[in-house]
Amino acid sequence: MSDLTKIPYYPGCTLNTVAKHFEESAAVSAKTLGFELVELEQWNCCGASFPMSANNTMGLSAPTKVLVEANKAGDTVTTLCSVCYNVLKRTNKVVKDDGEKRRVINDFIEEDYDGGLNVVHYLEILRDTVGFDKVKESVTRSLKGLKIGAYYGCMLLRPFEDMGIDDHEGPTIIEDLLKALGAEPVDFPNKIECCGAHLGAGGKEGEEVVSRLSACVMRSAVGSGAELIVTSCPLCQYNLEESQAEVVKNVAGYSAVPIVYFTQLLGLALGQADEMLSLDKNKWDVRELLKDKEV
Amino acid sequence: MPRIGVFVCQCGNNISSTVDTAKVAEEMSKLPGVVLTEDYKFMCSSPGQDMLKETVAKNKLDGIVVAACSPHMHEKTFRKAVEKAGLNPYKCEIANIREQCSWVHHDTTKKIGTAKSIDLTRMVLERLKRNKNLTKISIPVNKRALVIGGGIAGIQAAIDIADGGRDVILVEKEPSIGGNMAKLSETFPTMDCSQCIMTPKMVEAELHDRIQLYTYSEVEKLDGYIGNFSVTIRKKARFVNEDLCTGCGDCWNKCPFKADSEFEHGLTKRKLIYTPFPQSVPNIPVIDKERCPKILKDKCGLCEKVCQPEAIDYTQEDEIVVEEVGAIVVATGYNLMDEARFAPYGYGKLKDVINGLQFERLASSSGPTGGEIQRPSDGKVPESIVFIQCVGSRDESKGVSYCSKICCMYTAKHTMLYKHKVHDGQAYVFYMDIRSGGKRYEEFTRRAIEQEGAMYLRGRVSRVYEKNGKLMVQGADTLSGSQVVIEADMVVLATALVSRQGADSLAQKLGIGYDKHKFYSEYHPKLKPVETITGGIFLAGSCVGPMDIPESVSMGSAAASKVQALFSADMLDREPITSKVREETCNACWDCVTACPYVAISKKEIKNRKGEVIRMVANVNDGLCTGCGTCIAACRSKTIDLAGYTDEQVYAALNAF
Amino acid sequence: MRIKLQNSNIGSEFVKYIERISGETAMRCYQCGNCTGGCPVSYKMDHGPSQIIRLMQIGQDEEIQKANSMWVCVGCMQCYSRCPQSVSAASIFESLRAQALRSDGDHTEIAELPKEFLKNAPQQAIVCGFRKFVS
Repeated sequence: MSDLTKIPYYPGCTLNTVAKHFEESAAVSAKTLGFELVELEQWNCCGASFPMSANNTMGLSAPTKVLVEANKAGDTVTTLCSVCYNVLKRTNKVVKDDGEKRRVINDFIEEDYDGGLNVVHYLEILRDTVGFDKVKESVTRSLKGLKIGAYYGCMLLRPFEDMGIDDHEGPTIIEDLLKALGAEPVDFPNKIECCGAHLGAGGKEGEEVVSRLSACVMRSAVGSGAELIVTSCPLCQYNLEESQAEVVKNVAGYSAVPIVYFTQLLGLALGQADEMLSLDKNKWDVRELLKDKEV
Repeated sequence: MPRIGVFVCQCGNNISSTVDTAKVAEEMSKLPGVVLTEDYKFMCSSPGQDMLKETVAKNKLDGIVVAACSPHMHEKTFRKAVEKAGLNPYKCEIANIREQCSWVHHDTTKKIGTAKSIDLTRMVLERLKRNKNLTKISIPVNKRALVIGGGIAGIQAAIDIADGGRDVILVEKEPSIGGNMAKLSETFPTMDCSQCIMTPKMVEAELHDRIQLYTYSEVEKLDGYIGNFSVTIRKKARFVNEDLCTGCGDCWNKCPFKADSEFEHGLTKRKLIYTPFPQSVPNIPVIDKERCPKILKDKCGLCEKVCQPEAIDYTQEDEIVVEEVGAIVVATGYNLMDEARFAPYGYGKLKDVINGLQFERLASSSGPTGGEIQRPSDGKVPESIVFIQCVGSRDESKGVSYCSKICCMYTAKHTMLYKHKVHDGQAYVFYMDIRSGGKRYEEFTRRAIEQEGAMYLRGRVSRVYEKNGKLMVQGADTLSGSQVVIEADMVVLATALVSRQGADSLAQKLGIGYDKHKFYSEYHPKLKPVETITGGIFLAGSCVGPMDIPESVSMGSAAASKVQALFSADMLDREPITSKVREETCNACWDCVTACPYVAISKKEIKNRKGEVIRMVANVNDGLCTGCGTCIAACRSKTIDLAGYTDEQVYAALNAF
Repeated sequence: MRIKLQNSNIGSEFVKYIERISGETAMRCYQCGNCTGGCPVSYKMDHGPSQIIRLMQIGQDEEIQKANSMWVCVGCMQCYSRCPQSVSAASIFESLRAQALRSDGDHTEIAELPKEFLKNAPQQAIVCGFRKFVS
C-alpha cells in the first residue's frame, strides 16, 4: 500500500484510558482504509462540555488551546469521542465567527488563532474522504444478517447549525456505514435521545436519571429488534452498559445485547483480528453473537 | 405675475400644536406672486372646501397651495374643489406640514415646526409657479376579464363578473376547477358538505354563457396595461380532444397503470389517463405524460383503442393562446407546507401520520374510504386520533412567523367528524391558542370540547414515534405543567398554509408585489385590500394570506365589483403625471427601456416624408406609465421629463430652500 | 401557589442577570411547551423548562432558584433544537447553575460520589460533572 494519508487526531481524556478499545479499533481500521490517525504532539482536555451560556469565553480557552495545537499539525483535526467533537467544532465556530470573543481568547492564551481549522469526526472521514463505497469494497468479513441499532445520542448531532454532520432529527450516517459493512441497521425511536450523560456525577437524583434514560434507549433499540448496539461516544457506551448491567441484575431471564463502538465492528468487517479490536473490553462479548449469526 | 393663494391648515391641533400656522401664512403673504393667504382650522371640512372654492373664484386665483396633511389624504379633495371653481386641478399643490413636520416635532414653542413649515410651503409654492395645466389621460377599456385560479375565490369572482354581463376567461392550472375546497369533506361552522355547495358553483361556472374555461392551462406572459392587457396562455396538452370527449370513462377504466392521486394526496391511486375526481369540471381526462408508457416509449395505447368518439390524440402538443382583457383577478390559492420538514413528527416515515387535507379526504364520502375513517397503514378504524395544531405555523425556526388562521377551526371540525363517524373514538388536540374569531366560530370550538368530547391539551408536541404498532405522541400539557405521552392510532398534522408554489414567478410575470412569504401584496392592507399596485389587477382568496371559505368568497366578490366598476365606463381616466420624451434630443440609447419597471417605454420610428425610417426614439405609453421617474434618472441626455414634476419645477423647489 | 405580581417582578435584577449571561431572552418564549414535551428529564424537574422560563417572565426568582430543574438538565439541546422561537432552555439552565454555584457553593460533594463511578466512569463524565456541579 502506498503512503498512508496522515490525519491529525485529538484523543481527549477518555480515549487513552477507559475507551482505549475505541481508539485502537479506529486506528487499525484507518490503516486498512488508507489513512493514519496521528495523535497531536501536545494536547489538553477540551473541557468535556461546551459552555452553553453566551458568557462563556473562559470555558472556550481550553478547547481553543487544543485547536491551536491541531492547527500546527495540519488543516484538519479528527476526533472519535462525540463530546470532544462537539466541543471542538462549536468552539472553532465561535472563534471563527465572533471577532470579539476571538480577540479575548487569543489575548488570554497568548495565541493568534483564527478558527481556520476543519474539525471532523472519524465518521465524516469514512463518509466524505474514504467514501462508504470504498469501505464496502474493503470488507472481507461481511456482517450480513446482523441486526444493529445505531445509537447517536446528542453531542454528535446537536445543535444542528453548529454540528451539521447529518440530519439532526433523522441521521443515517452510522446506518449507512453499517450497510456498507453488510449489516442490517435497525431504526429505533430513541436513537437521538439522551443517555443521561454526565448526570452520574450529579448525586442520587442524577444517577436515577441516567439509569432511566439509558434504559429507555436500550428498551427502544431492543424492542425494535436490535441484536447489537453501536455507539460513537465513550460516555454513551458506559451509560448504556451500566444500565443494562442493572437490568441483567434485576430482571430474571433478560438476555443482554452486546454494546460496542462502531469502530470495533468496522475493524471486524475489515478482517482485523479480535485482539486488535479489544473485543474483550466490552461488557458483553460480541463474538458469541457473531458465532450464532455465522458472521 | 401669478395670482396664488396659500391656505394653511391647523388640522385642529394636529398641526397647530407645534406649528404657528398664522405665522406661516404671514410669511407666505410676503412672497412675490402670492395675493392671498388663509390660516384655517380644518381645510378638509365642507366649510373649508367651500371657502377655498369661493376664494379662488372671487380673487381670480390661478394657483393654490394648501399647506396641510399628506397629499395621500386630501390632494384629490382640494383639486376637485378648485376644479369646481374653474381652475385646472393640477394648479393646486399640497405642502405636507403634518406627517412630514408637525407630527415629528415635539417642540411646543413651535420654533422648529414653524420654520420648517415655512420652508416646505415656500418650496411647493415655487414649484407651483411653474405648473402647467394638465389634462387627465383617457384610455379605452376592454371589457373582458381574466381570472387566474379556479378555486372558490376565482370561481366566485368569475361568476360575479359574468353575471354583471361581462365576458370572463377562467384559467386553471389543474385538469379541473375546484381547488382546495373541492377536497374538503364538510365545512365549519355549519357542517354542510363542501362538495354539495361547491359542485353547483363549479357547474355554474362551466355552463355560464359568459365564462370561458381554460383548465390545465397556465398564464405564460402578460403584456399591456389596465384596460388593455394581452395575456398569453399555455394550454397544456391533455392528449384528449376536448371537443370529441364525452367523459364516458372507458379510457380510465381500461388504463392498466396507476400513480399516486394528487387530489387524494397520495391516499389512493389514479390511472395514468384520469380526471382528478369524479365531479371534475370539465369531465375530460388528461394523460399523465410523465408516466404514460405510450407517450414515453410508444407502448400500450389501450385508451385510444377503447375510446369510441376517437378523442385520444397522442400527438397533441401544448397550445399557446393570446387573449385580450381589460382586468385581471388573481386567485391562485395556497399549498400546504412541505411535510418533509416535520421529521420529529414522522411524516412520510410513519404511514398513519397524515396532514389536514388527507384527513378531509378520509372523512369525505367521495374519498378513498367512502367517508370511513381508516388508518392508511392497515385500514383499521382508529380508536384514538391526536390532532396537532400549529405544525409549521407560528414557527420562526421554519421561516413561518404567521398564524395559518384556519387550522383551529378545521381541527375542531375534524374532531367532530371523527366523533360522528367513530362514536367510541377519542380525539386529542394539541393547541397553542384557540383562535376562533368569527361568526359562530367560538361556539363551534366550545361544542367540540364540551359536547363532542375532544380532549384539548395546551402545548406543542415534541415528537411522534412508533411503539408496538401504536403511535406515541410525546408533548406537553402546559396548563398542568406536565409532559404528556399519548398512545394513538393516527396523528393528523395541521400543517401551515403557504403560498402557492410558483407564486413568485407568476407575480413577476404580472408585475404585482409579494411579501417575504410570497403571499401577494395588497395596495393597502386595510383600505385597498383587493387592489394591487398594478392598475387593473385585483386579488382574491388565499394567495394574499391564509383565509377561510367565507373570506375567500367575499374577496372574490369584492374583486369582481372592482372589475365591474372599472368596466362601467368606456374610457378610463388616468393621472397625467407621466413621463414625456423630447424626441429631438433622444439619442436612442434605450437605457430608459431597460430601467422602466412597468415596461411602459417602447421604441418609436421617426420617418421622413417618403416614409423611410430616419431614426428611433423612446416612446412612453401613458396607460402603463406610473410616473415613478426611474427613466428620468436613467436618461443620459436629459430627454425625459415628468409632467407635474419637470426638472425646472424640481430645481425651483430646491432653490427655494 | 399564589403570586403577588409587582412591577419589580417584571424584568427583575435576577432575571436580567440570567438573561445577560445566558444570552437568551425570556420574552421570546411563547410558552408552547415543546421543550417540556421533548425534554428527556422534565419528568424529574420541579418545573419543566418552559415553566422555568415562564417563572422568569413573571420574575419569580426564588421559585426558580428553589427548583431542582437546573441540576437535572443534562444539556442535550433537544429543547433548543425543536424550539420554534430558537430559545435555548439549556443555556438558561447552564446560567442558573453558574449563578447558584457562585452564590451557594458546590452542588455535589466529590467525596460522596460512589467509588465505583469514580473508578470506572469515563473521565469526560467526571470532568463534565465537576464543571456542572462544582464551583
